Amino acid sequence: MSTAIKETQKLIEEVLDAYPEKAKKDRAKHLAANDPSGQCSTCQVKSNIKSRPGVMTVRGCAYAGAKGVVWGPVKDQITISHGPIGCGQYSWWARRNYYNGQTGIDTFGTMHITTDFQEKDIVYGGDKNLHAALHELKELFPLAKSMGILSECPVGLIGDDIEAVSKKAAKELGIPIVPVRCEGFRGVSQSLGHHIANDTIRDYILGKGKLEKTTPYDVALIGDYNIGGDAWASRKMLEEMGLRVIAQWTGDASINEMGIAHKAKLNLIHCYRSMNYICRHMEETYGIPWVEFNFFGPTKIYQSLRKIASYFDDRIKENAEKMIEKYKPVMDAVVEQYKPRLEGKKVMLYVGGLRPRHTIGAYEDLGMEVVASGYEFGHNDDYKRTYPEMKEGAVIMDDATLYELEEFTRRLRPDMVGSGIKEKYSYHKMGVPFRQMHSWDYSGPYHGFDGFPVFARDMDMTVNSPTWDLIRRKR
Amino acid sequence: MRQIAIYGKGGIGKSTTTQNTVAGLSEAGYKCMIVGCDPKADATRLILHKKAQATVMDMARERGTVEDLEIEEVLLTGFRGIRCAESGGPEPGVGCAGRGVITAINFLEENGAYEADTDFVFYDVLGDVVCGGFAMPIREGKAKEIYIVTSGEMMAMYAANNISRGILKYAQSGGVRLGGLICNSRKTDKEYELISELAKRLNTQMIHFVPRDNQVQRAELRRMTVIEYSPEHPQADEYRALAKKIAENKNLVIPTPLTMDELESLLMEFGILENEEAAA
Repeated sequence: MSTAIKETQKLIEEVLDAYPEKAKKDRAKHLAANDPSGQCSTCQVKSNIKSRPGVMTVRGCAYAGAKGVVWGPVKDQITISHGPIGCGQYSWWARRNYYNGQTGIDTFGTMHITTDFQEKDIVYGGDKNLHAALHELKELFPLAKSMGILSECPVGLIGDDIEAVSKKAAKELGIPIVPVRCEGFRGVSQSLGHHIANDTIRDYILGKGKLEKTTPYDVALIGDYNIGGDAWASRKMLEEMGLRVIAQWTGDASINEMGIAHKAKLNLIHCYRSMNYICRHMEETYGIPWVEFNFFGPTKIYQSLRKIASYFDDRIKENAEKMIEKYKPVMDAVVEQYKPRLEGKKVMLYVGGLRPRHTIGAYEDLGMEVVASGYEFGHNDDYKRTYPEMKEGAVIMDDATLYELEEFTRRLRPDMVGSGIKEKYSYHKMGVPFRQMHSWDYSGPYHGFDGFPVFARDMDMTVNSPTWDLIRRKR
Repeated sequence: MRQIAIYGKGGIGKSTTTQNTVAGLSEAGYKCMIVGCDPKADATRLILHKKAQATVMDMARERGTVEDLEIEEVLLTGFRGIRCAESGGPEPGVGCAGRGVITAINFLEENGAYEADTDFVFYDVLGDVVCGGFAMPIREGKAKEIYIVTSGEMMAMYAANNISRGILKYAQSGGVRLGGLICNSRKTDKEYELISELAKRLNTQMIHFVPRDNQVQRAELRRMTVIEYSPEHPQADEYRALAKKIAENKNLVIPTPLTMDELESLLMEFGILENEEAAA
């Protein structure tokens, strides 16, 4: 075992020392020193396990995964939060999934629609209200292509038969109605919500769309939620390569795109965690291969363009090379501008989905080092993909607690922390440069050639802002 | 004010027994109230001479929220000034009847349904304590006294034992006590002895043995209690006796529920299984 690993293990033990014995034993399984080689048997974290009560996890719930992540961005579907008002209210367009369209006419992304349960709906069941709501919505918004019913907790408790209502209303209204049983108490995190949502796409939408003709270059862009325009930046690149993007899931997605993805020749998966399920289904059912790619930062972009091109003919391969040649000077200029200001700066990340590993390359392109990284709701396969991306001895955290995040920050002294909205303000108070890396802190896109200059600018703006010194000096 | 909850297996005669007993208490000069805690809302039919139309939850549904209700709309007065309320709730298979009971009882409490001069409040609760909602009447600050209606039939005894388990839980946390078993006779073998023994094993008493009589059915068809329909009938006296015993009852205990094996061996002990074999 290397000294770097040993030192980090010692540091983790010190952090864990504050816990009572039982909590310590439990949390120890979720923190590890990174070993990129995979030789160290004690360097693997446990994941996707129920959070320990009292430690202040920052995880979400199944509803958050199904509504906030997967179904919410689909623009021409009306997504109903079925239950009391709060779940829908507090998840109202929180992720900035951009889309084109006329909101309220043919698209509904920024709208908040709920059945607004009252006591009487709990006691008498919410199914009649739901059925009425579906009819009202269809009348108000005739261009809606589908409606999704996203179950909140009470719906699961009282056993509302949303499947029966969906079936009936779908027949009456002539559009798909998708019942999603994503009650928040199910599973250990938002991760199960992604899976449930994927299953409903499979059962109610996939394979039912129309695509007049296909080409050998048809691909589907899966698991890009178009946060701050990410998916647009990625799509542009794929099109410049000569590919035809027939579906973009689910950022700026239409129901028809969701229904025709099975016609793709290749599925390109960006967020593996939230959408690997549907890719595996399309592989098994339609024989469509899928490939993971990473459009954060030039190094990973070049690798990914070549990887994607390898599935196609020489024309595409040549196009990929031409693109790299064309954009390299632009990317080099970005690096040249920002690297001197960011070189050697240390970053700590604690996010979800794919960002704890996918953004590492972009930071490294700018000369920064990710010294700690972790997932809110990752599974073992996410961590397996993460170890090789990080340096030996880096801290790996699973379902980290607020105490751990603060303590690692104190000890590792990162120059910047990237995490979510719940962590943002405690870091502000600590005077530690912080970026909200779930929704790019109201910026973006960060994907692709369009995104990297924005990413670099934002990181510079964060790390080198004089504000932090003022906060720290005051304390 | 004494608050009393009546539990027992579905169909055992809880509502009939409760209403007849309350009629007896009322006749003896006590001021009584019945709160029906069953979505079927048939716990006050014999007192009001009709099925209650205005249940708390039905009215709340009509108005939108329970806050929009007035107490007078749901608290009706029937035979001998007995005040009646029904929680109401959904038809079978939808929604949450338990939540309906909670909402309704909270509403009644908050709106002063329990007047200071009320002597007895009876909660007539649906079948078994299936969820938290149906335990609402025995939570802290509500009914402190429970009577279980049973008969010599095996399933009724199983239910009585199960309910005792629920009482045990709330006895430790809240202070509710078991007042006794009311045997509503089905004319099974050795019924009197069997229920007396079951009561003993549960650390309680068989407070009264109500014999089976068709007069109850005749009165029910006319939407009346026996006491109102035929005050001179011997069955009316049975209910008067039960009412008196409850009014005077001081024997309130924490039950000692039986295990399944114990309950079954009790039936063996009374020779019921052997008798059947002999008869076969």
